[in-house]
Amino acid sequence: MTELQQLTVKQLSDALNKKELSSQEIVKSGFDYIKETEPTIDAFITLSEEKALAEAKKIDDSPRSELTPLAGIPIGIKDNIVTKDVLTTAASKMLYNFNPIYSATAVEKLESAGLVSMGKLNMDEFAMGSSTETSYFKKTKNAWDQTKVPGGSSGGSAASVAAGQVPASLGSDTGGSIRQPASFNGIVGMKPTYGRVSRYGLIAFSSSLDQIGPMTRTVEDNAMILNAISGHDAKDSTSSRRDTPDFTNLIGQDIKDMKIGVPKEFMGEGVHPDIRHAVKEAVKTFEALGATVDEVSLPNAVYGVEVYYIIASSEASSNLQRFDGIRYGYRSENISNLEDVYVNSRSEGFGSEVKRRIMLGTFSLSAGFYDAYFRKAGQVRTLIVNDFKKVFENYDLILGPVSPTVAFEFGAAQDDPITAYMRDILTIPVNLAGLPGMSVPGGFSEGLPIGIQLIGNHFDEEKMYQAAYAFEQATDFHKKQPVILGGKA
Amino acid sequence: MAISKEEVLHVAKLSKLRFSDSELDEMTKHLGKVTDMMANLSQVDTTDVPFTSSVTEETNVFREDIAIKGESRDELFSNVPETQDGYIKVPAIMDNGEAGA
Repeated sequence: MTELQQLTVKQLSDALNKKELSSQEIVKSGFDYIKETEPTIDAFITLSEEKALAEAKKIDDSPRSELTPLAGIPIGIKDNIVTKDVLTTAASKMLYNFNPIYSATAVEKLESAGLVSMGKLNMDEFAMGSSTETSYFKKTKNAWDQTKVPGGSSGGSAASVAAGQVPASLGSDTGGSIRQPASFNGIVGMKPTYGRVSRYGLIAFSSSLDQIGPMTRTVEDNAMILNAISGHDAKDSTSSRRDTPDFTNLIGQDIKDMKIGVPKEFMGEGVHPDIRHAVKEAVKTFEALGATVDEVSLPNAVYGVEVYYIIASSEASSNLQRFDGIRYGYRSENISNLEDVYVNSRSEGFGSEVKRRIMLGTFSLSAGFYDAYFRKAGQVRTLIVNDFKKVFENYDLILGPVSPTVAFEFGAAQDDPITAYMRDILTIPVNLAGLPGMSVPGGFSEGLPIGIQLIGNHFDEEKMYQAAYAFEQATDFHKKQPVILGGKA
Repeated sequence: MAISKEEVLHVAKLSKLRFSDSELDEMTKHLGKVTDMMANLSQVDTTDVPFTSSVTEETNVFREDIAIKGESRDELFSNVPETQDGYIKVPAIMDNGEAGA
């Protein structure tokens, strides 16, 4: 039975507010469906059924007039976002038994809006990867084709939404980890402006790049969830003090006179022809809606991957020092002195991709190499930021592909890490510049979804949702569903 | 740029990580490949280009100097692997001198 699972956040909200459905019905049905589909999708690491049902009952027992429109709607949380009294593992052996004593601000905000957390979603270990294959626990499958990866690192968050296990989820995006899996699973994924959503309680990978964001099946749903999690947080010194608008404000307004730039560097030979074709078709759709679309240039974006791997790995090597086997997490049993506690716990607790990045980061920051690597990367990052600034002087949005390929076979990302790293070339520059970026369904290639990327200026998410909604309404890619959710093969 | 096994061992020591011989070979190969890729950055002229470490608009964030109650000690200890008499238990560091430090 997939009827309830096909409803969007907006539809569930309307049904709850009209009392056509209760939160308990939605949550119960959600868990039944999750149990039925988990053997196929493997999206969850931890289910919090008892807690979720208790919350749903509390909501049903409260007068609806005292609740927000989102009260009673289920949501899944990526497992690097800490949740009080619910295991939070970051998909690592290092944190296999970690039971947080507090919740991330984004989770607290969801709870105060009345959303019901169904559990914790699988991911690449410590958010390092682009296929969810580096998880210590399991390999999540793509909702459209279970022989393909769901993308990463928010692969569990994307597949669970696409398969209808939850109508919305939270992911995190350091170099594309919301947008690429959203693209691979045919859903909407938004990485907000850096500072828009508090990072307090997000297990840090690369602090100057990480950002939490919503993953949903429609653009409007996405804006509704971003409304719930945004806003200043005194617990995060990088959190923006700007007022948070209602991100649904401009949804439904026409996009006549909007100016959109397509970077020529994003449309090169490395991008699969079907994906380039989908972007060109998207350009035609935007033009038909009244927007002006021109080719623009981001000349330094081609260095994004190199800059990203130096900066992200350096910050990771520093952030992951806290995992020392002393206060929480995995502690090796094979120890005879204190040094063994550190070295053996870290060597046994971290997976190979995490170790690779710690090593690269430590190397980039070490004496003799700092200037050639870390300092140089920070300077080229400035050039990338300036490229975007220049384009946004004349354009409202940037349009391009999300990923050079559609979802690939399991194992393909593991053979050659460099090829795997290059897959993030179209999403990384956005993180380096702290801009908002989103993936919206924009086509199919051999039955697998293609995402179209929209990039906005800092704090311009409203305009991105306006354009994305107009595109969504003018196309029907978001209406097609994977077989698991009732779609046709 | 070729990286020697000795350099990788040094970085592993700084990172508090240990590798088997075969892992060390793999890591040396990997770091060599990645640093070759990083060499692309040397083509970019960064003379007088300032360094960007963060794109946030916030600077010098301070809070009022007011004491607030911390987390509960019992709760904080709930994730500690081994405790004794209200303390975190770790192996002795004095018994075997430098090796245990």
